[in-house]
Formats: sequence, C-alpha cells, structure tokens
Amino acid sequence: MEGQSVEELLAKAERDEAEKLQRITVNKEIELEFDLGNLLASDRNPPAGLRSAGPTPEAELRALARDNTQLLINQLWQLPTERVEEALVARLPEPTTRLPREKPVPRPRPLTRWQQFARLKGIRPKKKTNLVWDEVSGQWRRRWGYQRARDDTKEWLIEVPGGADPMEDQFAKRIQAKKERVAKNELNRLRNLARAHKMHLPSAAGMHPTGHQSKEELGRAMEVAKVSTASVGRFQERLPKEKAPRGSGKKRKFQPLFGDFAAEKKNQLELLRVMNSKKPRLDVTRATNKQMREEDQEEAAKRRKMSQKGKRKGGRQGPGGKRKGGPPSQGGKRKGGLGGKMNSRPPGLGGKRKGGQHQGGKRRK
Amino acid sequence: MDALDRVVKPKTKRAKRFLEKREPKLSENIKNAMLIKGGNANATVTQVLRDVDQTSLEFFSKKSDCSLFMFGSHNKKRPNNLVIGRMYDYHVLDMIELGIEKFVSLKDIKNSKCPEGTKPMLIFAGDDFDVTEDYRRLKSLLIDFFRGPTVPNIRLAGLEYVLHFTALSGKIYFRSYKLLLKKSGCRTPRIELEEMGPSLDLVLRRTHLASDDLYKLSMKMPKALKPKKKKNISHDTFGTTYGRIHMQKQDLSKLQTRKMKGLKKRPAERITEGQEKKAKRIKKN
Repeated sequence: MEGQSVEELLAKAERDEAEKLQRITVNKEIELEFDLGNLLASDRNPPAGLRSAGPTPEAELRALARDNTQLLINQLWQLPTERVEEALVARLPEPTTRLPREKPVPRPRPLTRWQQFARLKGIRPKKKTNLVWDEVSGQWRRRWGYQRARDDTKEWLIEVPGGADPMEDQFAKRIQAKKERVAKNELNRLRNLARAHKMHLPSAAGMHPTGHQSKEELGRAMEVAKVSTASVGRFQERLPKEKAPRGSGKKRKFQPLFGDFAAEKKNQLELLRVMNSKKPRLDVTRATNKQMREEDQEEAAKRRKMSQKGKRKGGRQGPGGKRKGGPPSQGGKRKGGLGGKMNSRPPGLGGKRKGGQHQGGKRRK
Repeated sequence: MDALDRVVKPKTKRAKRFLEKREPKLSENIKNAMLIKGGNANATVTQVLRDVDQTSLEFFSKKSDCSLFMFGSHNKKRPNNLVIGRMYDYHVLDMIELGIEKFVSLKDIKNSKCPEGTKPMLIFAGDDFDVTEDYRRLKSLLIDFFRGPTVPNIRLAGLEYVLHFTALSGKIYFRSYKLLLKKSGCRTPRIELEEMGPSLDLVLRRTHLASDDLYKLSMKMPKALKPKKKKNISHDTFGTTYGRIHMQKQDLSKLQTRKMKGLKKRPAERITEGQEKKAKRIKKN
C-alpha cells in the first residue's frame, strides 16, 4: 500500500513539474543555435507553417517569433546571475560569432633608438611624483609645464660662468640652447618615425588588398613583376621615360682566372704571411667595444635577476652589486681572436658567455 | 597612419585621445554606421532610414569614423532601394542591396516603444540563412549592424526587445517586437510579444561581396585575443578529463614501498656495507 502511494506521489510530482514547465517549453525539430554573447539565436527549421499562410503571414510570424524568443530567454535565464544594486544581472559569455574587423591588426612597431639602448643597458623608467616642492614659492608645484617648480625662464639673474666671455648674453645663450635641444628632439622623433615606416614592408606578392601602398612599394612590386617572366625579364620593354632599375647588374665580380701574374703572386704571399704569423690580428677598438657591451648586458641581466629575487624574498638581499668579486670574465672561444688583453683577466665565474652575447636579439624580445 | 606616427604631433591631450581612439587596436571600438540618403530617395526610403536611426542606438553616430553604412535611393528600375554595407580599413568589404516591398513605420504602430540604447536580441529563422553564401553574408552583416556594444553583463529585466529575421521563399521578413515577461510556474518567465518597431519585407537584389582573401584578411584575429590553450589537459570522447604531470627521474631504489620487516637491514649489515664502500673509494684514489 505504501509502495503504491510513494509511486503515486512521484508520478504526481512529475506531472506537476511538467505542468509548470509547460508554459515555457517549446518543441522544435532541430535545436536552435545560440550565441549568448551576442544575444543571438539561429533557427534552422524550415518555416513550413509560414508557407501556407498566404500574403500576410503576420500572425504566423509572430507565433514563430514568440517560440524562438522563448527558447532564447530560457537559455539566458540559465546563465550565472548576481545581484548588482538591486538588479538581477546575468554574466554573458564571450560572443562566438566571428565577425570581420573594422581595421587591420596593429602591427608591432620597431623600437626607437632610446628604447633599444635602454633595453641593452637594462634601464627601466623611474616612477616620478607629479608634484615637486618648490622652495622659492613655498608650495607644491608641477614638475614641468605651466607654473613649474624650478622655472629656468623666470630667472632674473644668471651668473657669468668662470671661463666665459663677460660681454656674452647669458639669457640669449640659454634660449638658444633650448631651441637647439628642441630641434634635436624633433629630428630624432622624425627619424624614428621614418624607421618605423620603412619597416612595415613585407607582403607576399607585393600588392596589398586594400590598395593603400606607398610609391616605393608599388615600384618594387612592379620590378618583381617585370622579372617574373620566362626569360627573367630580358625581353621586357620599358616605357619611353622609364629609368633602368638600379642594382640590376652582376652582383659579384670575380678576378679572371689567369691575367695579372704579379698581382696574384702578391696576394698569395700576403695570405701565407698572415696565416703563418703567430700574433693574431686584432682590431683593438672593436674588441674593446665588444667586451664593454657584453659586460653591460651581463650587469643588466644580473640586476634584473637580483631585483626579481629581492622582490620575492622580501628584499633581504639588495639588488645588483658585484657580489662576485672582480669584473666578469670570458668563457670559451670567441670569434675575432681577442688576444693578450683578455688573458690577463682572472678566469673567474665563467658560465656560458657564448650564450649571452650576440643573441642580444633574443634578449630584447 | 597611426596617431603616434603622424608627422605633426597632436598638441593637446584631447587631440591625442581622439586620434588614439581611431587607430587600429587589438580589441576594437564598437562599429558606427552612417545612414546616407541618396539623390533620389523617396518618402518610403527616407522614412526607413529615419526609423533605423530612431530605433537604434546612440552608437550610430554620423560624425565619427563609421565602418557600417546604409544608403537609400529610389528610381524606376530599382524602387525603394536600401544598400547595407560594411568597410574594412576604409575600403568597402561587403555591400548588399535590398528592396523594400512593404514597410510599416514606427509611428504607424501605436504601441509603447522601448527606450533607445537597449541591446536587442536577434533571431534568424529559416534554413535559407545557411544555404547560400549570399544569405550567410547577409546574416553576418545584419548581426554586425544590429547587435550593439558587447557587454560582459546584462540586466535580465532590461531585455526589452527582439529583432526577428525570417527568410522565406526569397523574401526576408524583418519584424521587431517588444518583450513582455509573464509569470510562469517557475523561475523563467513566459514570453509574450507585442509588435513595436518598424517591420520590413525585404527582397535580396544585387550583392557585392568581398573577395575571399580580403575577407580572410579582415577576419584575422590578433594572437593576443585568441583563447589560450591549457596545456597538458586532454579530454576523451566519454567526457573524462586527463591531465599530464611531468616528473623528474626517480631513484627507484629509494622508493617508499610496503615495509617488509624481514627485509629490513640489521645494524651489523649496515656497518659492513659502509666499510666496503670506503674500501672501494680508497682503491680508486
């Protein structure tokens, strides 16, 4: 008896549930596809009911719309919700429909000269305060700009420095120096810009689909197209005023096989002499520059590591500094034969210096 | 040219912000549309354009740089013409010409309207929208046009209206309905619709679709926005998730296994082992 009543109860509960959901359930042959990020639903079912409706299918359209909207709303109500200021807010997922972009992807810009230098030396931008205390006026003032803290231009007295001509106008000199600095900055900015624009060349066929191309790119594309014939451009006619393409001659020039015997003898003897000599050929300036650059890079890397470790361990060990005594030394073999100078250094902490140096490219990334 | 690439630098912060807003970015701005009235646009077409402007949303602005456009015109050969299009990099990507067969304006339907600026729900019905390339592009174009800003959250009570597109026997029926949420037995409300906005019966005329390579170029997503793959996790067809752990080489002799008391080393054995090892070391040296 009890068993039966339990079953009956369960059945009744199911029926109640079904009734409750009856108002919001919709039956469709093919399920709709939802893109909730865009509040979008696509119904693939062929609209059979509408075909029979005749010229004004308003009521049928409305019924179809109601069904589809009900399904979409059911989906939306399943999303995780939260209460934000007395309103029930659902968190939408990312939209899944892929739509074309408005503008092309921004291309990465090449680093400016200063940025390259800073990377090399490991210089990081220092965070500066917005306001600086100005003694003269006794208040906090901007670092630069209108009513700045230490304004050079407002000085009414400039001392003539020791070695300068007493008749020289120091104020004019200051203004002139400022103008020169500004002009130099502007020049560097334009140079960086030019470098950035020169960089953005490579596209496969030389033609850009949207047609925004510079004269040089078009010229290059035309040159490539000219040479892409079966006879590598030999029989291509030129327009009346067109100039010959530059750099179209032979790329390398070789000496004839036998011609000038005296010159050949001289070259061979010179070669043998260089190979035989015990002293390696050394270009001192290049060697020192290379060495200095490597040292700088190592320092920067060490400083970076120290500062990272310092941050992690709560800054117990101070950053940087040569905890290992003496200048860092070289590792194994090197190109260009750096000679006697290097051997005098203590062979301290080697490590793989080979890896460090001219893969500066990798580092920069 | 990018804002920061110009030869003349912007002199004010406002100008700099303005230019930065317009340059290409990783995640783009909301698209803007411009609605253009052609030389011979008749009353119907003008009214359609005006209605689109009304129902849609503040993001249709005529001043800023717009990548979507709608152009209306009317002549004997093509009466009541509407061209919807979009642009990529200021170059036309897709253009689809639609003819308006029947049009009921906003003001003709005497119902309460919903406020401007709400994000509409979009529904596409009919299998035509997936069959032909033309229809597929039209669907993508309509989504682009009408979807509104992409938002992470949405207020459930604020879902107010729905645009319904039906493709049937060569015609496209565009209807807008206002949403009425009625009580149902459970949490999800029952929907009733009330016809609100403009309704159009459109017929597809000419199309000018972008070439495949241009379309591909415009769909290119920058790497930064691609979803990051989680490594070392795989799923099989039954729904089980597998993970992979990479471990260092283990010294199996030092493995902690079940302890067998009989195999335990006795102190005497340990001493002799130690002496043997010492002997070996002395021999080597």
